[in-house]
Amino acid sequence: MSDTTMHSPRSYEPGTHPNLPPPSSVKGPVHWMKENLFGSITNTLLTVLAVYFLYKIIPALVDWMFVDAAFTGESRNDCRAQGDGACWAFIAGRLRLFIYGFYPEAERWRVNLSAVLLVLALIPILFDNVPHRGKAMIYSALYPFIAAWLLVGGIGGLTFVPTDQFGGLMLNVIIGVTGIAFSLPIGICLALGRQSNLPIIRILCVAFIEFIRGVPLITLLFVAAVMLSYFLPPGTNFDLLIRMLIMVTLFASGYMAEVIRGGLQAIPKGQYEAADAMGLKYWQSMRLVVLPQALKISIPGIVNTFIGLYKDTTLVIVIGRLDILGIGNASLADAKWQGLSTEVYVFVAVFFFISCFLMSRYSLYLEKKLHTGH
Amino acid sequence: MTTTVHQTGAAAQSEPNVLVKLWRNKETRSVIIQIVTMALLFAFLAYIINNAVLNLQALGKTFSFDFLNEPASYDINQTLIDYTSRDSHGRAMAVGILNTALVAICGIILATILGFLFGVIRLSHNWIAAKMVYVFVEVTRNVPLLLQIFLIHGIVVHSLPVPRNAINVGDAFFLSNRGMAIPRPIVEDGFMFTVIAFCIAIAAAIAFRRWAKKTQEETGKIYPVLSICAGMIIGLPLIVFMISGAPLSWEVPQLGRFNLRGGWTLIPEFLALWLALSLYTSAFISEIVRAGIMAINKGQWEAAGALGVKRSWTLRLVIIPQALRVIIPPLASQYLNLTKNSSLAIAIGYMDIVATVGGITLMQTGKEMETMIIVMSIYLCFSLIISAFMNWYNKRIALVER
Repeated sequence: MSDTTMHSPRSYEPGTHPNLPPPSSVKGPVHWMKENLFGSITNTLLTVLAVYFLYKIIPALVDWMFVDAAFTGESRNDCRAQGDGACWAFIAGRLRLFIYGFYPEAERWRVNLSAVLLVLALIPILFDNVPHRGKAMIYSALYPFIAAWLLVGGIGGLTFVPTDQFGGLMLNVIIGVTGIAFSLPIGICLALGRQSNLPIIRILCVAFIEFIRGVPLITLLFVAAVMLSYFLPPGTNFDLLIRMLIMVTLFASGYMAEVIRGGLQAIPKGQYEAADAMGLKYWQSMRLVVLPQALKISIPGIVNTFIGLYKDTTLVIVIGRLDILGIGNASLADAKWQGLSTEVYVFVAVFFFISCFLMSRYSLYLEKKLHTGH
Repeated sequence: MTTTVHQTGAAAQSEPNVLVKLWRNKETRSVIIQIVTMALLFAFLAYIINNAVLNLQALGKTFSFDFLNEPASYDINQTLIDYTSRDSHGRAMAVGILNTALVAICGIILATILGFLFGVIRLSHNWIAAKMVYVFVEVTRNVPLLLQIFLIHGIVVHSLPVPRNAINVGDAFFLSNRGMAIPRPIVEDGFMFTVIAFCIAIAAAIAFRRWAKKTQEETGKIYPVLSICAGMIIGLPLIVFMISGAPLSWEVPQLGRFNLRGGWTLIPEFLALWLALSLYTSAFISEIVRAGIMAINKGQWEAAGALGVKRSWTLRLVIIPQALRVIIPPLASQYLNLTKNSSLAIAIGYMDIVATVGGITLMQTGKEMETMIIVMSIYLCFSLIISAFMNWYNKRIALVER
């Protein structure tokens, strides 16, 4: 449209004027910057500060991590010769240690196989459009036992691997997955117990949940390490990993119970009443009507609990087990590679960030998906 | 009543039938379930206590808290009360509790300030600042806290200069690999008057606030309560302080030949734990604050505007009171988490309650059971205190529904 048409409105019937693009003062990058970066004096100040901060941090970080970094080498001195950045050669040389810990070299295929089976077990849980989901779920429920057999061995032709050789990332995943898998049923029972009409059951469940949520995980791990064996019959001696798994499971179930209680409370009362009106008994109404709905809306919370637990698995270091962070810490003592703590911690941090961030995205995706359903 | 009598009478003739009947009655069934649960619980407790007694006997140990009076004979690197290695385990425990409380309180204060700041920045119109905070929050939330503590501790201990070359901030703060040296206040005679003036000012401010609120409710007249209160609380002690001849001096740390002398030193363990706890928790708090403010309907702003309420008043009188209601409960659980997470201190050697009683005392005395009971009950107490306070506060600001 040329200027002439705009200046002679008479050439249009009312309501037939074509839409004109908005003026450049309310659209385009300049306007966007005016609005979002330099809107007011404080805003401008904030922008300048932020840009200065980024200018200071980002080039230095990129230099340290990539440009001046050394990716190959046999010792710290090799790294220094290549540049004064990060010494990733140290991490690269120990990658297998970070993943498998001290698991025997020849048996590591069992760890890999368990990892593949874990992914297969997760598929029916995470995606609801898998064919034969019900049957696949049975496999998922059995997975912890299959993995335990695979990793420990001792029966059925597999050589026995003592659990104190478990370490690295493998240990984090074992503790995290076991904690969540076994805390789910316990958490459901506790959540139902907390809402029960029977006062004694309710009080017991509340006391247990509040106790677990009131003490730090470290103290529970200490209990596993030094105190739990006192409560077992004299002469019995549980493996430390199993004792740890018991305490972690109890810990997680306290938090799980609260997540599921949230789900139970979100179910409209009419659902409970409808189930009663149908003549369903308590467990029938829970199993067929209430829990399927409550668990479905609890999944994001369960994933968040898992993220928290997964991060907390690094605490096993305080009772002397070497998970991925513990391996990193222990490697710092190597005389050939002194003073590399920042590299180790950054590597482990990046690893945890990627895995936890992906999981939290999944949980957000689920939340969005569940919101549209109602 | 009669049915019960009838049933018990029938019990002698056909037992299973009566049991089935009792089971089918909803009330008796619930009683039975609870009795059985209690019985099982007591049996379980009796079993594990019996095991514990047998195990202790086999090891020749006794269950007693007498060890708290025995000399501890270990040093603690940060003590808020006088403590030497000749003092008792009980005193070491007190030092540990105070250290936990110190890092928890400092952490809660810093985390709250940073959390609210980050939360507001994320909602601001400034795109670049909001995105930076977003990246910070995501990174901090998704990396284990223990790792962050190690990282900060490692940076303080390995990357900062030795005390001789300490980073000097305004000749008063010195940052080195031994920690941060800060000036120490030295109280002289007559400082009491300032403290008394401060207390009087707070009491006066509370009284004025009450009076102003009452006047506002009766007459609608509004006084600038906040600025008057702040003026009273700061001004009155300041005047008294000046009149009494400024009886407070600062012992500024001095850069010696090899080390820093004087002042207070925040040890690297405390710095690492405090910063890591605060940053980690502030990331969660900022999300809570953001969610709380976003939960307030836009209509509230518009309604207040339609009533002619000033924008700054709208924020204070309409938005914040409502947002707080959403913010407080999750904030309370973050404070609890921070306090519990302070137990990670043991990993870097900050002597909190876990590291003193649950660590060295346990190793020295071999009293696993007693020390763990002490540590757990102390954390439970901390949790109960925080949740009781937050519940009280939450009730105070809760919506009064009519």
